[in-house]
Amino acid sequence: MGQTIVEKIFSAHCGQEVQANDLVMANVDLVLGHDYNGALTIDIFNELNKPLCDKDKVIFVMDHVVPSPSEDYSRLQGKVRRFTAEHEIKLYEMGDGICHQLLPQNGHILPGDLIVGTDSHTCTYGALNAFSTGVGSTDMVAVLATGKLWFRVPETVKIFLNGKLPEGVYAKDIILYLLGQLSAKGAIYEAIEFSGPVIDNLEIDDRLTVSNMVVEMGAKAGIMPGDEKLITWLKSRTDREVNLVKPDEDAVYKKVMHFDLSNLVPQVAKPHNVDNVTDLAEVIGAKVNQGVLGTCTNGRIQDLRIAAEILRGKTIARGFRLLVIPASREILIQAIHEGIIEDLLNAGATVLPPGCGPCAGAHGGVPDDGEVVLSTANRNFKGRMGNNQAFIYLASPAVVAASALTGTVVDPREVF
Amino acid sequence: MSMFGQVHKFGDDINTDYIIAGKYRSLSGDMAKMATKIFADLDPDFYQKIQPGDFIVGGENFGCGSSREYAPRVILESGLKAVLAKSFARIFYRNSINIGLPVIICNTDGIEAGDQLEIDLELGVIRNLDKGTEEKITPYPAIINTILSKGGLLEYLKSDNFS
Repeated sequence: MGQTIVEKIFSAHCGQEVQANDLVMANVDLVLGHDYNGALTIDIFNELNKPLCDKDKVIFVMDHVVPSPSEDYSRLQGKVRRFTAEHEIKLYEMGDGICHQLLPQNGHILPGDLIVGTDSHTCTYGALNAFSTGVGSTDMVAVLATGKLWFRVPETVKIFLNGKLPEGVYAKDIILYLLGQLSAKGAIYEAIEFSGPVIDNLEIDDRLTVSNMVVEMGAKAGIMPGDEKLITWLKSRTDREVNLVKPDEDAVYKKVMHFDLSNLVPQVAKPHNVDNVTDLAEVIGAKVNQGVLGTCTNGRIQDLRIAAEILRGKTIARGFRLLVIPASREILIQAIHEGIIEDLLNAGATVLPPGCGPCAGAHGGVPDDGEVVLSTANRNFKGRMGNNQAFIYLASPAVVAASALTGTVVDPREVF
Repeated sequence: MSMFGQVHKFGDDINTDYIIAGKYRSLSGDMAKMATKIFADLDPDFYQKIQPGDFIVGGENFGCGSSREYAPRVILESGLKAVLAKSFARIFYRNSINIGLPVIICNTDGIEAGDQLEIDLELGVIRNLDKGTEEKITPYPAIINTILSKGGLLEYLKSDNFS
């Protein structure tokens, strides 16, 4: 019987042929922790009192609340620093960037890999033809101690994205649209396998944006087939051999869905649910107090370029606050070289250090009561940015940048 | 062995930010203190309304969003004994099993806030003592039964290396 990408990756990590719904014990290639859940993970690992299985399969990233805003956070982060030093585990320090940018960017992820992380957006690496998914701290401890984890091999839903994306419509609009169509529970326990010309035509940065948000529809993974574009991108980041995992032609899918995106328009997720999605047109003119450009969804160089193109030579609206958070140090440096940061600063933006910014809800731009935030992040839950009296809208970097000019929601296609 | 308790009812898509908001992460060094903030963004007084042994009852997709294991941990720390829902987000579901918190998939439509429930995990049955109704529990696969019977994945790993 033919296999999906997910079934092939699990088979390769279980030492036997497996299929959807099998309960399996799989070898894990890489496990990710960060400052937000790291201290709890370390406490549980210490209680288990077993040796670390393989330090080279572990990476910690300081990204969620950096630099530390309080003594409590400093203590939590200090625990991660001491643990990684003691066990000689790779640690990306504060300012290096967000885990979901650093791991792909620095060549830690290859097609066919099986990765877990104590962050729900670990699903991002599906864009690199890998299986990756979020777990909790105790699951991470299991991997630290054994190198393995149990899984139910998910059923796969195949989603074909057909047509050609119109000008002024971006990867973020694609995934918001799909969220609106499938809902927040539309792919619960399932893997999504993306395919079709729209995916083929996306740059790798944009593919990461799409895979990043599949967890918002409940999916365990959002995998893309990979192509020459991906191989070229990876070759500049790793010396390791790259082998794409393709689905069999007779693979069995739970469901096959087709969407033609040739007429897609800019999308927005309204408060307070990720699947409360409508065409941007419905909220044009609504007052906005703060814009957030960054996060593991949309803090990449391509995103900053789009914003700079809209804001170059212009000034953001009086009273509006535009926070720009490049997803990594490398991106920040590149944005400086390209003049993007100067353009954004001249327009009135505030640039924060690489990291999760206000999306983690603990610092770096907590909104006031009743304020409206337009964000490129992936979640708009009540209280997500640290104040449950604020209202968060999710949209593309172009929408955030265009709206910064007036302090109201603007269609970016009318600004270019 | 049966568990008895009162219901705290929630709707669909209850995310882990609602269970314990990100801004309380700095309290994670003291779980008892963190637990007082359970569901605080939805109801600041929720913690005071919990009696030891009570149950959380949700709709579809309970526990969606962030992978924070603090979410099931504050539920357990607050004295709540189980979560019932029509469906669970997968990370929350795993995290709950891993710390020994029973997460029960069943039809929750007829259950209302304040109802008294009797839950028998071994028989796989939920009795609504106020409504006089009975619901069957979807049985767990063997691996989950084993982990739950040990009291969680940590205890399981102390005696087994996933061999």
